[in-house]
Amino acid sequence: MALTLNEICRWIDHTALSQSIQAAGWVVPTVQTIHILAIAVVASSALMIDLRLIGVFWANRPMNNVTVRFLPLVWWPLLVLLGTGIIMIIAEPARSLKNPAFQLKMGLLIAALFVTWLFQFFQRRDAGFGEPGTPPRAIAATIAVISILLWSSIIFAGRWIAYFA
Amino acid sequence: MEIDRALDWLQNTQVASAIGENEILFPWIESVHVLAIVLVVGTIFIVDLRLLGVASLDLTVRRVMRDVIPYTWGAFAVAALTGSLLFSSDAVHYAHNRMFQGKLVLLALAGLNMGLFHLIGVRDIQRWDKVDGRTPIAARTAAAISLLLWIGVVAMGRGIGFTMH
Repeated sequence: MALTLNEICRWIDHTALSQSIQAAGWVVPTVQTIHILAIAVVASSALMIDLRLIGVFWANRPMNNVTVRFLPLVWWPLLVLLGTGIIMIIAEPARSLKNPAFQLKMGLLIAALFVTWLFQFFQRRDAGFGEPGTPPRAIAATIAVISILLWSSIIFAGRWIAYFA
Repeated sequence: MEIDRALDWLQNTQVASAIGENEILFPWIESVHVLAIVLVVGTIFIVDLRLLGVASLDLTVRRVMRDVIPYTWGAFAVAALTGSLLFSSDAVHYAHNRMFQGKLVLLALAGLNMGLFHLIGVRDIQRWDKVDGRTPIAARTAAAISLLLWIGVVAMGRGIGFTMH
């Protein structure tokens, strides 16, 4: 497995695309800037929904309005993050794919996406999910707290990639 | 130079040299800094997009500002504190770094833009601020400038990491 990963990294590293990205010094910082801006949109949008679920924010804005406003901004910028992330991997494959901080980040990302999907599942089943006074308050608040912790950890792990390289 | 002497004193204080010399402290503070900036930018974008008339139209501008801006300030306080700590660890070099200087200029311009909006732009807000209401050209201009300046702040901030050696 480790050998295969090494081979993949070496193969990517030798492609013309990787070589030209490495030669153009402006590409990686520019792509990282776009990556951070997209994370700002995703994390802040998730936080708005989570704080609404906990009940400390947008308190008398209907849950459905908050979801319609912010949930697409959790999902769609992920395409931007995927695209810019792939460019960073192509630029420096070994620095990312073999990096424990990167691997942890991907694991946390899968968990965060699952929690977001779980929230959507509960809300589709019961439109009043997360509204004050409805029974599954504890579930809603727990989902929200876990979501906040996961997105924060993803940002931390992303920054730590540089220190495990 | 007089300033360099002051910066040199700063980076030799106990706190600053602890951050500069400890391998764990700097990345931790930096991660908190990134998390805080992500929330500053994300929440400012929510206000800007409302001012542009693009999103959150089910609420008045005043409601969006009243609800969101406290979170922006909270995150900004954390970003400023962690940023100051990171700066102190290598003050002379940061102060001479073009990207760092550019970031401070853009921050000052963003502050000025915000100050002008709160002094002038909101003067007749009661007249135009309605649910689903159009926003005047002054408000939209301020919002567009704010969006561009904060994108620039993130880009410059990322650039610091690529130009500090």
